[in-house]
Amino acid sequence: MTGLALLIPVALGLGLLGLAGFFWSIKDGQFDDADGAALRILIDEEDEL
Amino acid sequence: MTAATSNRAPVALPVSDFAIPGMRCAGCISKLESGLVLRPGIVNARVNFTAKRVSVTHLPEMTMPQLLEAISGIGFEAVAISESSGDNDNHEAKRLLKAMAVAGFAMMNIMLLSVSVWSGASGVTRDLFHWLSALIALPTVAYSGQPFFRSAWSALRKGRTNMDVPISIGVTITTALSLYETFTHGPHAYFDGVVMLLFFLLTGRWLDAVMRDRARDGVSALLKQTSAGAMVLQPSSKTAWIDAKALKPNMVMLVAAGERLAADGVVTEGVSSFDLSLLTGETTAQSVVVGSIVHAGTLNLDAPVHVRVTAAGADTAIADIARLMEQASQGKSLYVRVADRAARLYAPAVHTLAALSFLGWMVAGAGWHESLLIAVAVLIITCPCALGLAVPAAQIVVAGALMRAGILVKDGSALERLAEVDMAMFDKTGTLTMGRPTPINLADANGEQKAVLLALARASRHPLSEGIRRALEAEGVAAGKVDQVREVAGAGVFATANGRAVSLGRPDTQISHEVLASELQIQGKPSFVVHFSDQMRPHAAATLDELQSLGLASLIISGDRAESVAPVARALGITAQTSMLPQEKLNAIARQKAAGHKVLMVGDGLNDGPALAAGYASIAPASASDAGQNAADVVFMGDALTPVVTAIRAARRTQHIVRQNFILAIGYNALAVPLAIAGYCTPLIAAAAMSGSSLVVVANALRLKNAAK
Repeated sequence: MTGLALLIPVALGLGLLGLAGFFWSIKDGQFDDADGAALRILIDEEDEL
Repeated sequence: MTAATSNRAPVALPVSDFAIPGMRCAGCISKLESGLVLRPGIVNARVNFTAKRVSVTHLPEMTMPQLLEAISGIGFEAVAISESSGDNDNHEAKRLLKAMAVAGFAMMNIMLLSVSVWSGASGVTRDLFHWLSALIALPTVAYSGQPFFRSAWSALRKGRTNMDVPISIGVTITTALSLYETFTHGPHAYFDGVVMLLFFLLTGRWLDAVMRDRARDGVSALLKQTSAGAMVLQPSSKTAWIDAKALKPNMVMLVAAGERLAADGVVTEGVSSFDLSLLTGETTAQSVVVGSIVHAGTLNLDAPVHVRVTAAGADTAIADIARLMEQASQGKSLYVRVADRAARLYAPAVHTLAALSFLGWMVAGAGWHESLLIAVAVLIITCPCALGLAVPAAQIVVAGALMRAGILVKDGSALERLAEVDMAMFDKTGTLTMGRPTPINLADANGEQKAVLLALARASRHPLSEGIRRALEAEGVAAGKVDQVREVAGAGVFATANGRAVSLGRPDTQISHEVLASELQIQGKPSFVVHFSDQMRPHAAATLDELQSLGLASLIISGDRAESVAPVARALGITAQTSMLPQEKLNAIARQKAAGHKVLMVGDGLNDGPALAAGYASIAPASASDAGQNAADVVFMGDALTPVVTAIRAARRTQHIVRQNFILAIGYNALAVPLAIAGYCTPLIAAAAMSGSSLVVVANALRLKNAAK
């Protein structure tokens, strides 16, 4: 039982962490432009200056 | 960059959105973003590639033409997007996604706990797991259930019922009973079932919302605003850009060649010709002189004119058409979607079944607690979980497939209605034909003439020049070298090539007002006259043949004169009605409707707007007017007419799959219901039945991936 008392909060906590991360990423607009994000990796930042 | 900007500018700067359909690659993103910030007056630019848009943060004194000029200076064609109410819908999809994420998280954790209960945990351990499940499930139901509770409540308040009513009742009763079970150390709690039900239903809702959003973004990226405003002559004899909404009668607009009018008015200065095709469907340009009445949405072709505004905004001829459209579209909102029709039959059956099993077990002397438990098990197992996925899953797969083929479907109900049409009515100008002048005798020109033609045509934005440019570029002709290019409005383009004067302009010898032509002159050589006509869209005849084989009779309803429509009707072998006003097109559709037909309207112009809104389903090409695209259910890209058939085929296949999905979902439930009524349905069986049927339904929907081929 002591194992459960430790593991269940840990499992729930990790799940909640993932959920919180997902909420943050939605709020941050990371899903607003999925195709653009895939292409931005190709842009050479140094040249932009 | 954003942080630095907000430090420098504590006052909120205006943000303007532009659609840039020509955005194709990573290079375009960086070119736009880094190129625009270098312009004076522009603070920040952010590209959304998915929606093909750029949001420009700029100083308040920047005007719309200046911003458009800045973007075209970088080499992109941009269209201003007016503030739309679209953002609200987007939030809708986001809210559903959040609710779905919470339900998904809760489902996974409760499932994990449930597994140990199912595998025989008992006594204190089982109680502990039930309590933990309740702890996770209650906030989840309160949060993720909101979309259903709210919609059910608003339906009940109006004395109606919808799919959300049985869902809300089922979820509430099951949660309450499971809580009671937990309190009294009972063996069965259905928290896993409740949360899983919410998760699957939310997935269906979210898919539906995503589909609407994607199509809307796609369409708004195409929308050409009729004209967002006009250059207006000020009393101080200066000119200023005035927004269409702020235009007032008696202002004088300066309308350049190639510009669309933003308001109705009377020409006070200048001579030109106007293209009315968007408004009336007529292909022949109308010449205007001082005193002529011109309408908003028409295109000035030849020379700059001054127009005194007589009516703006809600008083224009366009606004009249908009009102007709609004009335016509009310019929469409009466359409009941397949899922709701199914729910109307299904929900009472489910409730009766649950109530009967409760009563049955009471009569059999099982006690109210056990009877209620069994009734809840029936409710959970029959709840329209897979039914909620059956329709949206199929429709989003098809909408994705069609979108890759260049066909945008506005929403799910459009697909359903499109599958049922049995008659097609076509507009002519811009729908069966391209709606733009295409040169027909370029093959007779020699190499030198073609090279000079292309070079001159590129220097002008006149519709005839664009027609020449498009045709020659498609042929792969290399432009010749020309110097000292100048365009004289109303006369043509003049330049020198190899020391000889060359020009492209209106023919010296006016052949006829009816025929569109322009003349290429090269000094010391015979001139060449290019003739134009409005060409038929590619595959138009084949498309109509295929429609015939799908059981759809076709008909032309055109606002153009009989002489212009006759050759098209003859070539396609279908009957045509001509010179029709928007109201008459509307009446034609109403007559067929009264005769029991479900009419598919295919059209593009402003004058087709009411007919598009009134049709049982409607399709518009991407070259259509703003109003046309807004009114249509489906918008297709490209020149060929074949997407009309592709869309109908795909819609019919979707309907077929949706029907299969219903049978699968109901059949799956029918197997589990006897178990539930007999009292053998444990939470384990409920969970297995629910996820099993949902997976089968989604897998079946995926078969539609190639429906647009």
